Amino acid sequence: MATVATLLLLMPLLGFLSVLLLGRYMSEKQVGVVGTGVVAASFVLAVITFFMLIHHSSREVTVNLFSWISVGTLHVPAAMLVDPLSITMCLFVTGISALIHLYSTGYMHGEKDFRKFFLYLNLFVFSMLLLVLANNLVLTFVGWEGVGLCSYWLVSYYFDRDSAASAGKKAFIYNRVGDVGMLIAMFLLFSRLHTLTYLTIFERSGTLTPMIATLVVLALLLAATGKSAQIPLFNWLPDAMEGPTPVSALIHAATMVTAGVYLLVRMSPVLALSHSGRMTIAVIGGVTAFVAATIATSQKDIKKVLAFSTISQIGYMVLAVGVGAYGAAIFLMIAHAFFKALLFLGSGSVIHSLNGEQDMRKMGGLQKYLPLTFPTFLIGWLAISGIPPFAGFWSKGDVLTNVFEHNKALWALGVLTAILTAYYMSRLFILTFRGTERFRAETEGHDPHESPWVMTTPLVVLAALTVVGGILDLPWVHHDSLAGFLAPTFGYVAAGGHADTVAQYGLALVDVAAALFGLLAAYSIWRNISESKRWESPFLEHVWHWDDFYDATIGRPLTEAARFGDDVIEPEVIDGAITGLAVSVRRSAEGLRKVQSGFVRHYALATVLGLAVVIVFLVARVG
Amino acid sequence: MHSSWWLTFLLVVPLVGAIGAALTRKREGRAYAVAIAASVLELALSLVVAFLYNDHVAKAQTFDFATRHVLSAPFGLAYDVAIDGISLLMVVLTALTVLLALLGARDRRQEPAFVAWLLLLTCFTMGSFLSHDLLEFFIFFELTLIPCYFIISQWGGKERSKAALKFFIYTFTGSAFLLIGILYLAFAHQHQLPGSALTFSYSALSATAMSHGTAVWLFIAFAIAFAVKAPIWPLHTWSPLTYAEAPTAGSIEMSALLAKLGTYGLLRFAVGLFPLALVSMRPVILTLAVIGILYGSMLACTTPDLKRFVAYSSLAQMGFITLGVMSGSTIATVGAVLLMFNHGVITIGFFLIIGFIEKRRGSILIKDFKGLQGPAPIMAALFTVVMLASIGLPGLSGFVSEYLILIGTFATHSWWAVVATFGVVAAALYLLWAYQRVFHGKAEGANAEMADATTHEQWVLVPVILLIVVLGVFPKPVLDRITPSVQQLIHHVAPAGVNK
Repeated sequence: MATVATLLLLMPLLGFLSVLLLGRYMSEKQVGVVGTGVVAASFVLAVITFFMLIHHSSREVTVNLFSWISVGTLHVPAAMLVDPLSITMCLFVTGISALIHLYSTGYMHGEKDFRKFFLYLNLFVFSMLLLVLANNLVLTFVGWEGVGLCSYWLVSYYFDRDSAASAGKKAFIYNRVGDVGMLIAMFLLFSRLHTLTYLTIFERSGTLTPMIATLVVLALLLAATGKSAQIPLFNWLPDAMEGPTPVSALIHAATMVTAGVYLLVRMSPVLALSHSGRMTIAVIGGVTAFVAATIATSQKDIKKVLAFSTISQIGYMVLAVGVGAYGAAIFLMIAHAFFKALLFLGSGSVIHSLNGEQDMRKMGGLQKYLPLTFPTFLIGWLAISGIPPFAGFWSKGDVLTNVFEHNKALWALGVLTAILTAYYMSRLFILTFRGTERFRAETEGHDPHESPWVMTTPLVVLAALTVVGGILDLPWVHHDSLAGFLAPTFGYVAAGGHADTVAQYGLALVDVAAALFGLLAAYSIWRNISESKRWESPFLEHVWHWDDFYDATIGRPLTEAARFGDDVIEPEVIDGAITGLAVSVRRSAEGLRKVQSGFVRHYALATVLGLAVVIVFLVARVG
Repeated sequence: MHSSWWLTFLLVVPLVGAIGAALTRKREGRAYAVAIAASVLELALSLVVAFLYNDHVAKAQTFDFATRHVLSAPFGLAYDVAIDGISLLMVVLTALTVLLALLGARDRRQEPAFVAWLLLLTCFTMGSFLSHDLLEFFIFFELTLIPCYFIISQWGGKERSKAALKFFIYTFTGSAFLLIGILYLAFAHQHQLPGSALTFSYSALSATAMSHGTAVWLFIAFAIAFAVKAPIWPLHTWSPLTYAEAPTAGSIEMSALLAKLGTYGLLRFAVGLFPLALVSMRPVILTLAVIGILYGSMLACTTPDLKRFVAYSSLAQMGFITLGVMSGSTIATVGAVLLMFNHGVITIGFFLIIGFIEKRRGSILIKDFKGLQGPAPIMAALFTVVMLASIGLPGLSGFVSEYLILIGTFATHSWWAVVATFGVVAAALYLLWAYQRVFHGKAEGANAEMADATTHEQWVLVPVILLIVVLGVFPKPVLDRITPSVQQLIHHVAPAGVNK
């Protein structure tokens, strides 16, 4: 198994290296085949590893590669941990990546930097696999930063556009703020437990004081808010939509942005030690889900709506983690990866057909022109809205049921968010596919055209997965449900038994009612109009003025301080003080003035002469 | 124990190279060939030494290749060389820096004086790192000023004389304190052992008994000289001007290499000789280091030209090194020594690329550039790798060292480490912002026509990129050589059981 797992990790790296070194000799098509092929191979290897793991005597297999950093008491191996959690992550990451690579060969066709795009994409998959397979926090951090770097490159892919360049930088820096949390969590754990390997941390975590455990959990939460775009570090994600759409689907919806949730789930035995820490996580998740959903109701750009929707859905996952429902969090993560990748790729197909238009006010009535995009998008829309029997209904229901058992207020917030979700997604759907045709100016009068097969095949596959994804976790269908498979990984399972069946049906009914309410509301409002002063608010459109707030409180004061440092502190204060000191010393040493000719050359000459005299003298003596 | 002849060769090769280069006739470019040959030989020698180096020479001693010849007993002057894992890395860096600086300065190949000064500087710097004797160290340390002065004042930019003067006065004044400190220490040592000869031997002086007060004053005297050289905030104000005005090869030598004399001296001499002073001086220097990290990062954001930009970013990096050196933690000190090397390599990369751009455009002002990634994608890619290493991206060299410094310092001085961790965010901010202003956007006019990196330029940067990647992925051989020496040093300066 060690070999297979290692190959699974190295495949995308192989693709990266071959395109990096040989890319200039390869045609666009060959690059596409190699780039997609290695990821597909990785997926196959992940499937093999999965079957080997379930037939393996132990569910936790450590694969040592080499010793990376080893100084004193700090030992960080390059080693992988193959366990139910990591292999689950590997399966859906490689699977969706392979589909999106395939889609990209069509979407990016004819782009100037086609090779570079696949280069970044392969490196991304490698980093993501490293993130989930690492057996210690430092190696996870390597993947964590690697995916961030690829995200930076891919967001600023159209670097000659200033907005894209700024968005890439913003994404990286917001993530870096989160990284401070991850670093401090590692520092705390290492200083107390003298290890950074997951399994050893869990063994020793009992010795952590509650205070330290809470600090570690909060630091990890900070890391997660950066990577997974949660309050207070969420507003880089909408800007990241500057990247090409396959990137938005893969990195900024399905995989990378869920890394924060993965980290929290991975560290669940430490989370178990801090009740207040988990409560903070739940509140951050719930509030983010709600705030992002409100913002999504007033966005005009189709990708921005999906971006805020992603933030909101990850909020649900974080909420689930906060209440200890780790299985539900991972379930929603996978289901979300299916339907959100589907929605993004579908929106990419729409944008492609309209020659790059992203404003929903200039869409409408696309239903009859896009015979494959339309039905698949329809499935994605119903799934995210929470209509049964699609994957979204089951996974979101799972989260909300668990939250209901822990905290009624957060549950109510979750249901409210569910209504908003159904509402803004229906608005998006209606504005795009239904109503009047408003796109003729963009297509210069032509009919929009459906995308080529490489782009529509992934849509169909993802739509199928969205339809059947729910069975991953239906305990009455089979005994090996996802939560049951993952359970050994979590040192802690939420206290309190599951709600009885009647309550579960009741909660499911509430979910469906919420979805239908949002859907109907959207239908009655947006059926005939494409913008509305009443139902869209500038406050929400400008993201609660969150960026302006940071700019006013952090950005501008720091810039001013830097200018002040450059203009005043540096030349006047520091240099002035030192020069002043020198002048006063010189005044007090008037006697030496005659020697001080003021020319450095003379000093230099004096130094050389002095040394020469000493050396000659010594040589003479020794001789 | 290996023969000390290896170290003597390391000293003689650049000296002979310098003389050889100076004697050739001007226009033929033979001086350049001589210099390249000498520095290739020097690098090969240093790698052999690194390969041979053995840290188990004697019990509790990690110095290898040692020898001591007293040249003049009454003056205490001696030829005393030895290296341990710490100086070993600096020796390799010295040899590497001069070779890359020469290769990057190919347009000066018709100037024998220029290459001769560079080789002479290498000889003196090598001498400082090899010295196992304080007086010998001081002489070499001082001698490095002369080639530097001439390189800046002869081949520098518009304000070269001002820059050279400022550089000279700052460092010269700093060393005055060092000389007084060394003399005081040696006489105190002689005084304690009646009838003994005056000696400046490192091993002898490190056993000098002294009161806490004396230790503090001596520590301060040493620290001032090294803080100017490094530079450590607030004694850094000579560096932005000097780096900006010096020719590229000079900026490389000063920031990649000579700056390390400061932090190396701080670790070897200030920390190594005055353990008693550490209790009271540690918080002071750690605080200055952290201020340097944040202050340097802040000014790097707004500074107008690329070389000053590297100067301020180096101030921040030197802050990290100082933090590790003063932390009293083995892990952090190993990280600091590794960062001295990594920062050297990264800075060489920065200055080489900036030099290539300056040669094409005659400017280093950030506002003169835009969108260079369009016409020069290879140059942009090379700059990106160097930049990412400097940001501390895991998988590249900068991360390993920075991470070791922070995690080690956290164990001994948590709060300083926490504040310094924000320097990691700041580094991303100033580097990515600078990158965006120079390389992103739409290139117009002269920017759109800028030529990409030539094959020669790419090959010069290959060793830099390789070192950045290899030391990021597989730092083990290097760490294994540094660790025993650092452990020994930390053990020496901290009472048993206190250090972590």
